[in-house]
Amino acid sequence: MSAPASRLTRRNFLKTTAASGAALVVGFHWSTAFAQSENDAKNQEKPRVNPFTAWIHIDKDSNATLIVPKSEMGQGILTSLAMILADEMELDWRNVHVEHADTKPELYSLGTGGSGSIAESYTNLRQAGAAAREMLIKAAALNWGVDPVSCHAKDGAVIHNPRAHRLTYGELVEKASKLPVPDLHKVALKNPDDFHYIGKGIPHIDIPSKVDGSAQFGIDVRVPGMLHAVIARCPVYGGKVKSFDATKAKSVPGVQQVVEIDPVVDDCHSAGGVAVVADSTWAAMKGREALQVEWDLGPSASINSASLREQMKSLTAKPCKPVRADGDADAALAKSSKTIEAEYELPFQAHATMEPMNCTADVRADGATLWAPTQSPDWIQGTVAKVCGLKPPSIVVNTTLMGGGFGRRYHTDFGVEAAQVSKAVGKPVQVLWTREDDIQHDFYRPTFHHRMAASLDDSGKITAWRHRLSSTSIALFWRPTPKPEEQEIGGALWPPYAMSNFRIEYAPATSGIPVMWWRSVEESSSGFVVESFIDELAAAAKMDPLEYRLRLLGKTHLVGHKNSDDDVLLDTGRLKGVLQLAAEKANWGKPLPAGHGMGIATFYSFNTYAAHAAEVSVESDGTLKIHRITSAVDCGRVIDPNGVKAMMESAVVYALTAMFNEITVENGHAKQSNFDTYDMLRLRDMPPVEAFIVPSTKLPTGMGEPCLPPVAPAVTNAIFAATGKRIRRLPIRPADLA
Amino acid sequence: MASISFQVNGKPQSVEVDPDTPLLWVLRDNLSLTGTKYGCGIGQCGACTVHLEGNPTRSCSIAVSDVAGKSVTTIEGLSADRSHAIQQAWIAEQVPQCGYCQSGQVMAAAALLAKKPKPTDADIDRSMSGNICRCGTYQRIRRAIHRAAGQIDAESAAAISSAASGTSASQILHIDNSEVPASDHCTACFVSAPSQGGAR
Repeated sequence: MSAPASRLTRRNFLKTTAASGAALVVGFHWSTAFAQSENDAKNQEKPRVNPFTAWIHIDKDSNATLIVPKSEMGQGILTSLAMILADEMELDWRNVHVEHADTKPELYSLGTGGSGSIAESYTNLRQAGAAAREMLIKAAALNWGVDPVSCHAKDGAVIHNPRAHRLTYGELVEKASKLPVPDLHKVALKNPDDFHYIGKGIPHIDIPSKVDGSAQFGIDVRVPGMLHAVIARCPVYGGKVKSFDATKAKSVPGVQQVVEIDPVVDDCHSAGGVAVVADSTWAAMKGREALQVEWDLGPSASINSASLREQMKSLTAKPCKPVRADGDADAALAKSSKTIEAEYELPFQAHATMEPMNCTADVRADGATLWAPTQSPDWIQGTVAKVCGLKPPSIVVNTTLMGGGFGRRYHTDFGVEAAQVSKAVGKPVQVLWTREDDIQHDFYRPTFHHRMAASLDDSGKITAWRHRLSSTSIALFWRPTPKPEEQEIGGALWPPYAMSNFRIEYAPATSGIPVMWWRSVEESSSGFVVESFIDELAAAAKMDPLEYRLRLLGKTHLVGHKNSDDDVLLDTGRLKGVLQLAAEKANWGKPLPAGHGMGIATFYSFNTYAAHAAEVSVESDGTLKIHRITSAVDCGRVIDPNGVKAMMESAVVYALTAMFNEITVENGHAKQSNFDTYDMLRLRDMPPVEAFIVPSTKLPTGMGEPCLPPVAPAVTNAIFAATGKRIRRLPIRPADLA
Repeated sequence: MASISFQVNGKPQSVEVDPDTPLLWVLRDNLSLTGTKYGCGIGQCGACTVHLEGNPTRSCSIAVSDVAGKSVTTIEGLSADRSHAIQQAWIAEQVPQCGYCQSGQVMAAAALLAKKPKPTDADIDRSMSGNICRCGTYQRIRRAIHRAAGQIDAESAAAISSAASGTSASQILHIDNSEVPASDHCTACFVSAPSQGGAR
C-alpha cells in the first residue's frame, strides 16, 4: 500500500485556475459575516452534493483525502473534522489524509471563526460520511448480487459476512461514486455508542510536520519567479501618501520596484501605502528603510487612549441608549439602602499572531492565485475580485497553515495588498508584514468602559442591576449603523444570575482606530465585568463567591431570548455544572497556604460553558504569582478531547497575556511595536492548568474562544480573596498590587 | 555583496549576499530552509532559533558574515526522520497547536538537553522563556522536555496526570484510547495516547 509522504497533503501550489466550472458570483456580504454562525449551517445544507466530489477523495489503494473547509490555525480542526467524517464513514484512520478545501463558496462554508466550526460541521459531515458509506455498501452489494442490508462497512472496506466477501473502499469507489446520492437528511447515522474516533485521543494529524520544520505556513510559500515585498503604511489609520521619493530605496541592491498602492476601504480597510519589491525579504526591508515618504496623517492623528478613556467615562456618567430593560432598575436603585457601584475598564489589545500577516499573490489578466494564511478565503476571493476587476471564480485562494489566527486572519487587508502589489509589478509577490507592521496596523480588540450599579436586599438578592457601557464600536468602525452595540455586549445582555430589575445601556465612543474581532470578541470584556461585579456583590452580601453564584443561578432554567430558531439559550444547570466541577477539582473552600487566595468565575459564550478557579498570592513588593488554574468546560459531546484540553490551556495563556499588557494609542497609532514593548506571557510565568470536561451527549459546541472570558475575573477575584484589593482596570499595573 | 561560506546541517554552503543580511533570511530566502521562522526580528521571541556551533542562537539577530566558516544546524537538520528525543517527545505530548513557534522551541529544547541531560524546572524556565508561544503550549513543552530527558516514562506520565485530574471521579469524561489505531507515521503518538486523552 502506498501513501502520500505526508498525511497533510499539500495543495498544488501552482494551480492557476479554479477547477470548478460553475460560474457563480459570490461577493462578500457583510451581513453574512456577522451572522455567520447562524446562517452557515443552513447555507451548507445542500442535499445531493456527491460526497465523493465534495468531501472525500479515495484512491485505488484506499487512501482517503478528506476535504476540510475550515482553516487550521492551531485549534486542531483538520483532525477533529476528519475524525467526524472518518468515523461516520468507517474509514481506517491510518489511511486518512486531509486537505484544505478549494475556494468554492457554492460548495463549502469556508469562514473559520466564532468558535463555530465543530457545531456547524458536525451533523453535515456525519450526513456526508453516512451517505458515502451507504453508496459504498450499495456498490459492493450490487457487485456481489446481495442485499445491501446484509453488508456492513468496517475499516475502509465493505464486508458481507455470510459469504466472507470483502471489498476495500479503493476497489469500490469508482462504482460507488456514480450511484445516486441518497437524501442527506434521511441517511442513517451511526449510533454514537459505536463511534471509534469521536471522543477518543487521536494524535493530531498536522503535528509531525510541526516538529521538523516541514509544515508550510503562508510565509513559507515559494512560487517560481516570486518577489518579496514590504509596505510602508501611514502610521495613522486613514492617512494617505502625500508624496514619496524612491531614489534611495531603489539603490539598495536587490530592490526591483517601488509602487504605490491605494487604501481599500469597503469591506477591507487596508491601509494602502508604498510597496518596496525586491528579490529577497531583507532587501525589501532595507529598501523600505531607505524610502522617503511624506504622509497626510488624516483626521485620526490626534486620537489618544487617555482621551478616549475620558470620553467613555463621561458618556457612561449619564444615561446612554437603552439596549435591554426588564423592570425598573433606576427606580429600584434609587430606593435601595444597599447599592454597590463600580467602574471597569479594558484597553485595546493586538492579536499578535506568531506568524505576522503575509500573503503571496500572482495576479494575471485573466485571474489570480493567492496563497493565504486566512480564516476567510472566500472573503479574500470576493474582495480581491473587486479590487482587481476580476470575477470571483477566476480567483483561487489556497489556504495555508496559519501561525495563529485569533480573529486577525478573518480580515482581507493582507490578501488585498498582496494582490495589488502583484498586479502592479506583473509578477508573483509575497508581501510580508514585519512584527512592527503587525502590531501597529492591527484591527484591535476595542477598548471598553463599564459603569455598574446594583442594589441588594438584606438576604443578598439582587434587586437591581444597571450596566452602562461605552466602547470603540466594531460595527461603527466598519460602517454606519443604528446598532453600534451589536458586537460590544454579548453575554452581558443576559447575565445568568437572578435579578429582579435589569437595565443595560450603550454609548459608542468616537474613534478612528481600527477595531475588529479578537479571540472571544466582546465576551473578553463582558466576562470580566459580569464575573467581577457578581463577585463584588457576593462580598457585599458577605457570602462565599461560589455559593452566591450557585444560589443566584437557582434551579435549572433557560436564560435569554431566541431571536431565531438557531439561537441556543443559556442553561443554568450546565453553568452550575462547570462551576461545581472547577470548584471541586480546585478544592474550593479548603484551607490555602498563608497569603494565597482563590477566585472563581464562569461564563457562557459561543454556546459553551466554561469556568476557572485560580489560586494566587501577592508578595509584599506587589509581585503576583498565579499558582494554578483549574478549568472546567461543557462543550456538549467531545469530538477531540486532546484538542479540547489544548484549547483550554490556550485560552488561559491568551487571556493572561492580556491581563498584563495593552495597546496604548498615542497620536493615532499604537505606542507599542514589537515584543519588547508588547510582551507576551512566557513559559516561566505559565501557571499549571488542569483541564476537566463535563461529559455530555448534547450537540457539540466550539472551543476556540469560550474558555477565555472567565480567566481574567477568576484571577482578579483570587487577588481580591488574597489581598482585599479589587482590580477593575486591565491590564493590572504594579501599583494596583503594591 | 559578498560571498560567504559556512556549513548548514552538515553541508557546505556558499551564498552571495549583503554581508549584513541576518542569517535568518539567508536560510529562508537563499537556502529555502523555511523551517526557521521569522517572529520579531529583534531577538525577543525565539521563533528563529538555530544552533550555531551547537549553541542556541537567534538567527534574526546575527549577520550572515558572522557565521562565515561556522557550522549551523536548523530544524531541518536536527534529525533526518523526527527521531531526535525532543521531536519524539513533542509528538508524544502533542505539544504544537498552530506550530509556528515550534521550530524555535524544539531547537531551544534540544540545545538545553544537550547541555543538561536531566534539566530541572528551573533550568527549563531559564532556557525556554526566550521563546514565545501565543497558543499556550508551555506546560506541554515542559512535560515534553522532561519526557525527552527520561524523567517521565509513559506509565508515570499517565499516573501523574491522572492523579492531577482525578479521573476516578465519575463526573469526568473517561476516554478509552485502547482501540484507537496508531498513525502510520508516528507510532510514538499511540504509545502515549493514554496521557493525551481523558486520562489527563
